[in-house]
Amino acid sequence: MARDMMFAEAIAVAITEEMQRDSSVVFYGQNMAMTDRDPFVRKFGKDRVRITPISETAELGIAVGAAMNGLRPIVELYMAEFMLVAFDEVINEAPRLRYMSGGQVKVPCVFKAGFGFAAGWAGQHSNCIYGTMMGIPGLKVAVPSTSADAMGLMRSAIRDDNPVVYLHHYMLTIDKGPVPEGEHIVPFGVADIKREGTDVTIVATAWMVKKSLAAAEMLAKEGISVEVVDPRTLAPLDVDTIVQSVKKTGRLVLVDQAPKHASAAVVIAGEVAERGFEYLKAPVKMVTALNTSVPYSEPMESYVLPNEEKIIKAVKSVLPVRAAAI
Amino acid sequence: MAASSSSLSNEKLTWMFTQMCRIREFEERVKRTFVEHPGVIRGHAHLGDGAEASIVGSLATRHEDDLVMPSYRCHGYPLVLGTPAKALMSEIYQRKDGVCKGFGGSMHLADPTHHFPTASGIIGQGIAHAAGAAYAAQVKKTGQVVYSFFGDGSSKQGAFFETLNLAAVWKLPVVFVLENNEYQAYTHIKLEDANAIAGDPLSQKAKAFSIPGVTVDGTDPLKVYDVVSEAADRARAGNGPSLIESKFYRFSPHGNAITVPPVPTQFQEHESIEVYGNKAEFAAAKANDPIKKFRAHLVSTGVLSEADATKIEDFVRAEMEEVVKFALASPLPAPEDALNYVYA
Repeated sequence: MARDMMFAEAIAVAITEEMQRDSSVVFYGQNMAMTDRDPFVRKFGKDRVRITPISETAELGIAVGAAMNGLRPIVELYMAEFMLVAFDEVINEAPRLRYMSGGQVKVPCVFKAGFGFAAGWAGQHSNCIYGTMMGIPGLKVAVPSTSADAMGLMRSAIRDDNPVVYLHHYMLTIDKGPVPEGEHIVPFGVADIKREGTDVTIVATAWMVKKSLAAAEMLAKEGISVEVVDPRTLAPLDVDTIVQSVKKTGRLVLVDQAPKHASAAVVIAGEVAERGFEYLKAPVKMVTALNTSVPYSEPMESYVLPNEEKIIKAVKSVLPVRAAAI
Repeated sequence: MAASSSSLSNEKLTWMFTQMCRIREFEERVKRTFVEHPGVIRGHAHLGDGAEASIVGSLATRHEDDLVMPSYRCHGYPLVLGTPAKALMSEIYQRKDGVCKGFGGSMHLADPTHHFPTASGIIGQGIAHAAGAAYAAQVKKTGQVVYSFFGDGSSKQGAFFETLNLAAVWKLPVVFVLENNEYQAYTHIKLEDANAIAGDPLSQKAKAFSIPGVTVDGTDPLKVYDVVSEAADRARAGNGPSLIESKFYRFSPHGNAITVPPVPTQFQEHESIEVYGNKAEFAAAKANDPIKKFRAHLVSTGVLSEADATKIEDFVRAEMEEVVKFALASPLPAPEDALNYVYA
């Protein structure tokens, strides 16, 4: 039996249940837990649930230190870009300390942040900065696209003994979707085929999965069968499932909300070029944000970001002319 | 009432002197390695000679489970905490028997089994880690106090200001020891610290966070012991952090000269001479050597005889000779070991 749950609710339920399960899980951030009426404060008290000043370096650094002394902190950052003022902790502390210590310490912590807010938040609050994180050995990056994955990946993130950047897409916040009953867990590094198909593989994450599924639905009406693969975590990245899908379809479209050179798409394209070139019947096509900052005004914002129309065009461009002409 | 240095046993005082000598000799051997065995130490090494009284006076106040989180100038602390010197030197010599198996090197020593979780090589960031460890101690009610050591340079980092504020807000059981050695890497403090320029102590920064701030003569381990002991008691009692400015002089320059292979690297003269041409400043600091002073104090108070003190010095010299031999003989790691420990 599944229950319908909003994306954000699924995340909150995962955090709540993991905090119930493990007393070493703590949760803190700015503008949360402000009163005793806060649901997390009511359940877990003010030791484990805390409000912080606007001090990302301290918030993340304290998580790293606390993780090394027995806690499993979840830091609520709200906006992925807020990590940039404390990026040393994300990139050059949390993922390095275990390695540099020769495996003596572990740093289990979750940096939770929304991203990709394509609703007029303009240049500094709409970005997709996972490209900088997914190549850092020691760091894991989760990017759920459904309520079920949001819950299951958050559980895995909290239980993981490594630092995890958990990125939830703002445009999915109030989307409802089925979540399996019970302790639903999604393992890291296992892609999910969101839609099976035979003609073209689309690889997409987060909001772009929704867009790709919508495009696939429209293409199906034209007789084009699209497979949509969602890696769900960018680090570790399930290259095997992607290559298997490409082996089946022979054609690959990568949809990514980041500008091309900062995208996960370029990394996936490289992996497929190395491991699946022989299966490709057409060049890989990337549908990414254009090479601009995200503009404020709606028509310009829409213009630079991927959408269904661009995805459909890209899918048709990798198909033989005959099929595309249908 | 905090423990007073006046009640320290002769045994403990002797231990303190011995540890100070061990730090000095260890650092001397690291420095000599650049001359005697070029290439054995890679990258950048930072020495704590001059800091001995501050380190040992602070750590002498620890309770058994208390944690220590220093900056990248981190050789001295684990020596005092009980990490085998052979494992430390082997790490600095990039060997398999290193405390971090050759993954970290001089700047990133770590030995959690001896209450030293890690050191960060990025200035100031370890301050936040120390507060985090203290947060864990607070939530888990372990009774631990965390000792955070960092230089005067770190006290201009955002991590310092953010962390001290939050540590004060959360009343974390942490003692912040700001080691003021007058130089931020190569830059004299009078060129970059507003308090120093105004002629004020750096402990004044504590006022911004409404926590106690004390300046102490970091060349006297007993004075350091007294102020750190009080701060640790305060932290342990749940009354939050304190900032201690421990003033001493580092006798070596910031680090070995930054050269590009195959150009050999060594320690040059201290910045006071090399950069600023101020020989008098350096000579005055050397005349105020914390080890010489503490030795004289222990001899004059009858804790040690002249012969006892010499015996300790000889013992430490022999120990570090063995340490160097061991580390030189330790094998290098296998190349493919590099793939270990990426993920837990």
